[in-house]
This record gives sequence, C-alpha cells and structure tokens, in this order.
Amino acid sequence: MNNHEVSRTTRLSTAAMIVLAGILIVMAAAPWWAGRADLRLFGEIFLYLSLASLWNLLAGYAGLVSVGQQAYVGFGGYVLFALTMLAGISPLAALPIVMVLGGLIAVPVAALLFRLRGAYFAIGTWVMAEVFRLSAAQITVMGGGSGTSLPASIVKSMADGRSAREALAYWLALGVAVLVLGTVYLFLRSRQGVALMALRDNELAAKSLGIDIWRSKFVVYVVTGALTTLVGALIFMQKLRISPDAAFSTNDWTAFVIFIVVIGGIGTVEGPIIGTLVYFALRETLADLGSVYLIALGAVAILIMLKAPRGLWGLIRGTRGIELFPLSRRVRATTNKDT
Amino acid sequence: MTPILELRGLQKAFGAVTVADSQSWALAPGEALGVLGPNGAGKTSMFNLVTGTLPADGGQILLNGRDIMPWPAARRCRAGIARSFQVPQPFGGMTIFENTFVAATQGARLSGSAAEDLCLDVLNRTSLLPKANVLAGGLTLLERKRLELARAMCAQPSVILLDEIAGGLTEHECKSLIETIMGLRETGVSIVWIEHVVHALLAVVDRLLVIDFGKKIAEGEPEAIMQSPEVREIYLGIEADV
Repeated sequence: MNNHEVSRTTRLSTAAMIVLAGILIVMAAAPWWAGRADLRLFGEIFLYLSLASLWNLLAGYAGLVSVGQQAYVGFGGYVLFALTMLAGISPLAALPIVMVLGGLIAVPVAALLFRLRGAYFAIGTWVMAEVFRLSAAQITVMGGGSGTSLPASIVKSMADGRSAREALAYWLALGVAVLVLGTVYLFLRSRQGVALMALRDNELAAKSLGIDIWRSKFVVYVVTGALTTLVGALIFMQKLRISPDAAFSTNDWTAFVIFIVVIGGIGTVEGPIIGTLVYFALRETLADLGSVYLIALGAVAILIMLKAPRGLWGLIRGTRGIELFPLSRRVRATTNKDT
Repeated sequence: MTPILELRGLQKAFGAVTVADSQSWALAPGEALGVLGPNGAGKTSMFNLVTGTLPADGGQILLNGRDIMPWPAARRCRAGIARSFQVPQPFGGMTIFENTFVAATQGARLSGSAAEDLCLDVLNRTSLLPKANVLAGGLTLLERKRLELARAMCAQPSVILLDEIAGGLTEHECKSLIETIMGLRETGVSIVWIEHVVHALLAVVDRLLVIDFGKKIAEGEPEAIMQSPEVREIYLGIEADV
C-alpha cells in the first residue's frame, strides 16, 4: 500500500482562515462602529479588492491580459440604471439580473477577442471598451454623453433613511468582495483551477494532456465578465450618478486595478489583497497633493518592479511558497502502520 | 482485430522537407512498437501528428477504427493517446505531484481522490515519490524525463507514445526504466517508443519500425530488422549503443 497522502492545508493557512473570519465579523459590524466617511472608504476598498481579484484571475492565471475590463464595470452601471429607471425593477432585485447579463454579453465579446493573442488581445479589449463607451453615449434615455442620475424615488426605495442606505451599500460591497474572493479561491482550488495553472505554465503540454485551452480561458473570461459587471453595478449604485466617461474610465477601473495587482503580486490569491491595502494607504495619504499623487503611484510601481518583480506578496512568500489561501497539493508520508 | 492505432498514408511537409511521406502502419492492442531512424527522420513529427499538436496535410489516423484527424489535441488525449516529450515540457511552476495531477484529472478525467491515488501510485512506480513536492522547474534533465513518463502514465492512455526517454541514463537507471515500461505493458497499454538506446528498446518491443525522410523503410521482427542492410547503414554511426 501507498503510505502517502495529499494534504491541502497547512498550520499557517488554518490560522490565516481563522484570522480572516475574525476580520470579516469585525468588518460586517462596521456600520455600528465606523463613521460615515470611513464606511464609504471601506466599501470602496471592498469593490476595488473585487475588481483586482477578478483581473488577477483573468491576467495572472488565465493569461488574458485585458486592459478593457472597464467595459464590464460601465456595462454593469448602465444596466443597473436602465433596469431600475426604465423597467421599474428594484435595485436589489436588479443586481443578479445585471450579473447574468454581464456574463451573456461576455460570450460574443470573448468569441471575437479570442481570435487575438497576447498584445493584440490587450489592444482588442481596449477597443471593445471604447465601443461600449461610445455606444452608451448614444443612449438618449440615459442622458447620452452627459449621463444621468438615479432618481430620488429609486434611491429612497432601497432602504429607510440615509444611514440605513449607506449601511446597505456597504454590506453589498462587503458581500460582493466575499463572493468574488470565494469564487476565485474555490475555482483555483478545483480541477479547472489546476488546469488553468498548467496552461499558464506550458500550453503545448497542457493540450497534449487533455486540457481544452480555448474552453478553459472562455469560462474564466465569462465568469470574470459577469462578476466585474456586478461590481460595476454596485460602484454606480453607491455613486448614484453615471456618465459614459466615468463608467468606462480606463484609469479608474483598469489602470489602478493593474497597479494593485502588479504591486501586490500577480498570479497569487494574496497579491490583490495586499495591493489593495497599499493602494488605499497611498491614496489616503497622498490624495491631497493633486497630481503629485499619480507621480508617487508611478514611482512606487517602478520601485517595486525593480526590487520585487513578483510583487510584495512574492517578496514575502520568498522561495518557501507560503500560502495563506492554499492552492497547492502537498504529498505527505503517513505514519507507516504496515511495519 | 481492429488495431488500436492505425496510420493510413499520413502526409506532412514543411515546404520542401517531408516529415511524413505516405506513412502507414498499425499497432495492435497491447503491442509495443519500437521506432528507429536517424535524427531528422520525422519520428517526433510523427508523434506530433498523431497527438494533434501538428496538423497533417493528408491521410488518416485511426484510434480504435475511428478517424481522429479532425479532433484537437486535447480530445485525442482524453480518447486515450498520451505522450512524453523528447524535450521535456514540465509545468514549471507546479510540483511534480501537481504535474501528474493535471494529467489524471484532465487526460484521464478522474475525480479528486481517485486522481490523487493514481498519481501517488505512478510516482511510486517511477521513483519520483520522494520528490513529489519539488517544483518541476527546478528538476534535473533526468528527473524531467522521468516526470514526462509519469505524467503520460497518469493520463491513463490506451496508447502511450514515448519519445527518447532512455537517453543519458546510467545502466542501473536504464534497467529500472525498462522494468517500469514492462510493468506498464502488463496493464495492457499499447506502446510506441522512439529510442536511440537500442538495447533498451529491444528489451521491451515486439516489433520495430524504421523511418527515414518521413518514410517507412522497414517494419518487422526486431532481430530481422536489426540485421537488415538499411538499418545497418543508418545505424552505422550509433551502433555502439547495441
């Protein structure tokens, strides 16, 4: 008999899960202990964490370097506004519909973009996002190029009173962050996740071992598209106002997100979490400096790329392969009872 | 009996260079076929054509009597064709165990625990178990070659294509490799083995196929083939291995 077994957890990862559960409970109670401005900031952090984790899955694991995910953020915002304003659906009920529609629109987009590879794919995603932006500017019922605001009656229908509404928006942001991180983590732990990491390492060997590369990437692209659309809906539910330039902003929904993932550590579950914290720490301390803030971000990005090309988590993890969210499968010798 | 794998007039050329010239042969279920030929004869290209990583220009490839020519590489693997690469192609960022786990879950379509058991068993048989947690990117060439074999075995193929896995092994390592492949044969897997280490090949195979310039130039009993003038001419330079 084989006296070995496969283990998927370490003492560190178990401890990390307990700490994470603790943080989650504290953060879920934030509406009772945090001020309004802080609550808003936390909500924004969770939404950026979601965007970063999704982009990381797409680029860091599936090798689909998209610079056009703002297409889905904006699409989510616009569809949410349209469903509530034009179809009279309540914002909460609209959210799952928005997500499904995001997944559906990703199908033809993927079929088109997957004809392109590498840098051409990246440019293709950008062009696609521009198509989305220009199309949104043509919709006159949504205010065309100048955009529109969510009517007060719809805003009031979400919850009674401003503080209850803000708490609701916050919980939704927290909920979507948990949903996204959970989905990404469970997906990467599954057989499909292993297949994804394999094809990232070596496409020739991957297809020779039975991995349908096109299908694997397609699934990731569509799931990422659906969840990014949901995050987009929440972003604009919180902003209460939408315009094509804000909804499909390359800077806000792609450049900052790439910054977060790359400085945190691309291709790791932990990287986007660390990157998000660093990004917001920089933003909150430097935002008053105006454009100097963007220069500082650029300097940080250059410094980290020079000193830690695998990001901050890559630096912390070192060569020992520490994982807070264990994806690897370790073979361990069991105590031998045969002898 | 229907051959497990059959090539009918397989054709492939890169410009003026023909790598498969109307190649036809068949492999019986459970049979082990050795492939000989000088460097550049089209042996590895033939594997690429059979596994679907290289599109053929013409002819037929039949697996259990079914034409698999239109199938992409992944489907051919799932249908039962697995290979090892002459130049190892590991998943460098994954451990040895995870490399085999990919083959077991994707190629063999096994579920989690069944896949784990298969991988541990194969790693044990290929003496890779002590290194199961080592990243494949950091392995020596010999370990990479062994991983190629282990990974192909974990796809649970009905036909396994082995591409020069004995090169560079010590006498002792070669013996244990032969034992591993004999063990594989006993499980009923059909084998096509390209190898320059002729004595290793002769210890295992039932039949030999000789290829040059993409063309089949001889096929038959190993003893008869090794005596034939064509093979002697081709192998004059590397006869020292016999």
